[in-house]
Amino acid sequence: MSKQLFIQDSVIIRNGKVIVNGKIIHETDADQKLSSFLKSIYKKQNFKYPKFFKMDSLSKLGYLASEILFKNKEPESKTALVFSNAASSLDTDKAYAETMNDFPSPSVFVYTLPNIMLGEISIRFQLRSENIFLINEEFDPGYYIDYSKVLFEEGKASKIVCGWVDLHNSDYDVFLCQISPGEGYDFNEEELKKLYLPTHE
Amino acid sequence: MKRNYLLSDSIISPLGFGTVENLESIHRGRSALNFHKNPIFSEDGVYAGIIPEKIINEAFNQIGNPELYTKLEKLIILAIQEVLNENPGLKLQDTGLIISTTKGNIDQLGKNEFPEERLYLWKMAEVIASFFGFEKKPVVVSNACISGALAIKTANDLISAGRFAKVIVAGGDLVSDFVLSGFQSFQAISPEPCRPFSNDRQGISLGEAAAAILIGPNGKEKEKIAYVDACTANDANHISGPSRTGEGLYLSISRLLSACNIFPEEIGFLSAHGTATTYNDEMEAIAFNRTGLEKIPVNSFKGYYGHTLGTSALIETILTKHSLLKNELFASVNFSESGVSKPLNLIKQHIHKELKLALKTASGFGGCNLAMLLKKETDE
Amino acid sequence: MSDLHTELKKSIIEQLNLEDMEVNEIENDEPLFGDGLGLDSIDALELIVLMEKDYGIKLSDPQQGKEVFNSINTMADFIEKNRTR
Repeated sequence: MSKQLFIQDSVIIRNGKVIVNGKIIHETDADQKLSSFLKSIYKKQNFKYPKFFKMDSLSKLGYLASEILFKNKEPESKTALVFSNAASSLDTDKAYAETMNDFPSPSVFVYTLPNIMLGEISIRFQLRSENIFLINEEFDPGYYIDYSKVLFEEGKASKIVCGWVDLHNSDYDVFLCQISPGEGYDFNEEELKKLYLPTHE
Repeated sequence: MKRNYLLSDSIISPLGFGTVENLESIHRGRSALNFHKNPIFSEDGVYAGIIPEKIINEAFNQIGNPELYTKLEKLIILAIQEVLNENPGLKLQDTGLIISTTKGNIDQLGKNEFPEERLYLWKMAEVIASFFGFEKKPVVVSNACISGALAIKTANDLISAGRFAKVIVAGGDLVSDFVLSGFQSFQAISPEPCRPFSNDRQGISLGEAAAAILIGPNGKEKEKIAYVDACTANDANHISGPSRTGEGLYLSISRLLSACNIFPEEIGFLSAHGTATTYNDEMEAIAFNRTGLEKIPVNSFKGYYGHTLGTSALIETILTKHSLLKNELFASVNFSESGVSKPLNLIKQHIHKELKLALKTASGFGGCNLAMLLKKETDE
Repeated sequence: MSDLHTELKKSIIEQLNLEDMEVNEIENDEPLFGDGLGLDSIDALELIVLMEKDYGIKLSDPQQGKEVFNSINTMADFIEKNRTR
């Protein structure tokens, strides 16, 4: 018998805005450079985590969204991370390739895997939990649902953060939401799609 | 819950095209690692496992036009083709395709031989899926060096969730200047063929390969290998350095064994990750000791193939399956003398042993770790 | 403080992305790794690149790296003796 699962908090980072549970908490010009936008979120939210400055932009997006999601309440230890995107780490791949023929940079190379972001989030919140990073052409809620349900049924997770963190030629699109038994929106494709792309925007 | 099985499989590597040829090469103790000229290295070259494109094209000519596909796409397609050949009745409309890779067509970056879109892993997966006419959209698992085994876990879970009836898991990664120069900048490349767990190990050797395996219920054979379960755990310690305490690997193994009610001594064979870097092998030795696995016969297949990144755990799972079926333990090739601080029971030569349960582990960048249990079932 | 010391601090802050740090916050004898500046293994690799790129010094023995990268002082000494550019 499978437990009923629900969606609780969600975070969106898109078009120069940070939106938490449907409310805009941070906004800048949509044409601001990505690096300054990311830094402005970090400063405005008053985060104190110097490792932030060492991350590539993809990991910064994932880190910031999770920091905002877990604001005021640290995650439970059995919080699994089920993430996905379309462009993998391609922006960073290109940045590394530019250093390659000259002096290959180890600190850029290490970010040429999309799941490094899961490592960064796990380190920040000391999560030694289940992780997976999938690549899909577009946000595909079905995979989050199927993969997460099995993690719950087998007792491998008590909560799950589902994440879409995509970065592609400096265009970014971030959606994180927290899933657990209890209360919230129904954990189904329709609700996930609605939360991912709110119609009132 | 209904079990899924590791059904037909194929490995395409410098050691052979098809699992049978690969097993023969391993039997003879052959290694794919040869010296290849490469100006990135001060020694003018590097030991790696590389498949000449000419051989790939010869094989590929029989099923398609080699000019339309990248080297990696051809390798993965060849691996899938062999699995399909063995399963002529497989219904592609309800069979999923899961691709495991870390860098996909990264060798094409900056070249103009193919549309730039092919750099996207989902696009590469789509090209492969449409070659065969898979009707469901493929998905890619890209989770560093545990990808291959994590893709098998994903296949099992998505079948359990009812998304697919069966799944073909196919993986591949190439030896590219991109990856070679990166590991070189990490000072992690061995000047000799890699020597996992040995006291004279000097780092990794890279290899390229593709592999495919059919996962699903209802194995017809009298003896078959079941996927029992798998757990992952993050070290939460460092994004590239292995944990000094082996925390994540220890947790993935101990959670798996307790979830499955298995005692360490019931395991007949342990297929380790064993990359031959100083810190990785030491980390594994610590984790295996913390979980009571120090007496279990263990090997690393990296001496045969080099590190094939997103394919390595897939190939090693396939080889583990055949170890179980053949009741044979394969030697950890290139092992000299133990170079880790904790005892391990390295397999020094191929030996016959009745086997029932095997454990496959893998670890990778991003602090990821995975442990998977495979079990031989025999119909009475 | 010599120019080399200041130059090193500047490039360390820049290359290792130690944003929010100023040159005068790094002491010449402060340990760069561990409790001091808190650099990690990737930073050490990046310092090896820096040595080659800026001073033409190739370091391949990790043990040697540990001694050289102990502090700004040890780095500067080593560079003075071995630089080729």
